Amino acid sequence: MRLPTRVLIADLTSRRFSVEDRADLFQYYIGGSGVAINLLSEYCPKGADPLGPDNPIIFAVGPLVGLYPLASKTVAMFKSPLTGNLGESHAGGRSAVAIRSAGYGALVIRGASESPIYLSIDGKGVQFRDASGIWGIASSVTTGRIIRELETGAGTRTIMRIGGAGEHLVRYASVITETYRHFGRLGLGAVFGSKKLKAVTVSGDHGIEVSDRKLYRETYDDIYKRAVSSPVMKKYHDIGTASNIMPLNLQKGLPTMNLKATTSPEAEHISGEKLAENYLGRRVACAHCPVACIHIAALREPYANEPYFYKTTMIPYDYELIYALGSMVGIFDEKAMLHLIDEVEIWGLDAMSTGVVLSWATEAMEKGIIGPDETLGLSLKWGDEPPYAKAVEYIVKQPNEFYSALAKGVDFASKRYGGEEYALAFGGNEIPGYHTGPVGYVGYLTGARHSHLDAAGYSIDQAALKDKLPDPKTAAAKLLKEEAWRQVLSSLVICFFARGIYDKDTVANTLTTAGHKLQPEALEAIGMQILREKNRFKEREGFNPKELRIPGRVFETPSPLGKVDEKYLRESVDEFYRLLYA
Amino acid sequence: MTRLTVVDADRCVGCQLCMFACNRRFGEGGLAKSAIRVRSAGGFERGFVVVACRACPDPPCMKVCPVDALGPRKGGGVILKASKCIGCHRCVDACPMHAIFWDNEANKPDICVHCGYCVNYCPHEVLAIKEAEPK
Repeated sequence: MRLPTRVLIADLTSRRFSVEDRADLFQYYIGGSGVAINLLSEYCPKGADPLGPDNPIIFAVGPLVGLYPLASKTVAMFKSPLTGNLGESHAGGRSAVAIRSAGYGALVIRGASESPIYLSIDGKGVQFRDASGIWGIASSVTTGRIIRELETGAGTRTIMRIGGAGEHLVRYASVITETYRHFGRLGLGAVFGSKKLKAVTVSGDHGIEVSDRKLYRETYDDIYKRAVSSPVMKKYHDIGTASNIMPLNLQKGLPTMNLKATTSPEAEHISGEKLAENYLGRRVACAHCPVACIHIAALREPYANEPYFYKTTMIPYDYELIYALGSMVGIFDEKAMLHLIDEVEIWGLDAMSTGVVLSWATEAMEKGIIGPDETLGLSLKWGDEPPYAKAVEYIVKQPNEFYSALAKGVDFASKRYGGEEYALAFGGNEIPGYHTGPVGYVGYLTGARHSHLDAAGYSIDQAALKDKLPDPKTAAAKLLKEEAWRQVLSSLVICFFARGIYDKDTVANTLTTAGHKLQPEALEAIGMQILREKNRFKEREGFNPKELRIPGRVFETPSPLGKVDEKYLRESVDEFYRLLYA
Repeated sequence: MTRLTVVDADRCVGCQLCMFACNRRFGEGGLAKSAIRVRSAGGFERGFVVVACRACPDPPCMKVCPVDALGPRKGGGVILKASKCIGCHRCVDACPMHAIFWDNEANKPDICVHCGYCVNYCPHEVLAIKEAEPK
């Protein structure tokens, strides 16, 4: 067996599974995003309810998984309950290696179970296991601990699970894997919850043949050497993505207090450097990644009611979490921020969406469009962590109409209560942590996932600090080219952090040894085709780029490149979609 | 004679590059033939356990092999004579470290030969090859 072309289809309604060989898809679309969008288009009927049994969950890996370092991601696709169109989220941990070692290139989970269930998947197929004794356990961490004891395969398995947020169908609930990795964005956790699916474990022990052993070892060593010696990778290892806090704060591009500000003199307290010096307790890596970018703070605190009795909590932090649950809600006390991160992790919510929802609610309260009647007495104030932690619990449990609106995202909540001009979402997805300039925003608007990772427009803005800003049309062309190439990477399921290592020649060698016949010249065109197919799915489900809302706040608060010009954004967005379908 | 040593498991980040390296000795990818394993110590929040053969001078696995497929290795540990092995799993059960793994495809044990190939791919100084101490 060489290419991972087998697709496992598990039906939760009938509790049956089948396996199909889909070499037709894997040979052209490679794996990951390319295969997943095709499976999603096939298995998701037009107009399906994202929280109904018709919405399939697709997990796809690629031909380099298990063979090469940093080919470590699993792509999840589904119809998003947050945006109503494309749901796509990537995570590492051990998920990718586990899926491939079990002998699959992709998993499709369809239907819905009447009673709580979890899936145990290996090379032999699927066990549909009763989860009624686990359902209702609100903590994603505890859920992981229980399943760990129930299942075999320690060291080579993945345990993807939801916490209370997924069970309660919060539209931006995440799926957590290996405690610290997330299918975070766009609400996969709610799709799990709607199917009464508490967890999916996958393990296996299939070997993977290569087509040229000598070239395999040489290519491996080349990638490995570059991975452990590259300065970019060292940055991700040493301080991690949190190293971006200080530069962005200095440039005045760090969204602060719902983007009323972009910098704070207190940002140093929540910087990667400070967290590493005072709290870093462990680094963790995804399977087959030498970098270990996952940074975990050890927070030691006394119990209030007993002297000399402490607990130590291990809390992951990354740039996006610090932005969303730190600066965005005005929390610059690092302990308070770590607390809030922990809360969000345990319930299993997307950190970015949660932070943006909370910051909108704080401003809405400040402006008096909501009050204690809505918040159930909570006084949401910048920097005040305990009410935020309580609000997170309310978002999960939805005790009233207000919190149930918050659980549907900031677009929904602001349509209901007002304050749309400072409801920071693009295409229905809450804003990531970069107020760097216009190109970043064009990227949020045009990216198929409305994510900063679709095309990294912020890096074009940041380059323009030293050089000059491209005109709107050039910016659109650059974003499109980058997003198309990233489809290739996410179909190979290479971590985007390693995009500099996996240049076109390296990709070509790895594909050859993996037994793939694709010509490297064809890759760019394939990437573009995948991107078009993703956008076609969105439009099929009602997305219309002409209706993209841009909250006014974006234009009010100056970016490092000055005030963002609406005309620039509109022109660039139009050009992007023109080029996409040209 | 040298043997593989876990120098500092607290530095381990769980990347499993050692496991992949071990398997690559056979010219293939994946983990089917790997004779070393890194697993979490009961969840990633608790760090990692590196499970590897410690090259026992008097190996219990060897003693229970009913067909003498395991012979003593100079410096400790065992050498597998695969042609003799009948796949009975007794060696796996006898190892108190759980450091003998199973290749389901070949139906034979995966046993560390202390070659040190994995050490070359440990970027975090968890593993080393050291001279076996006199017993």
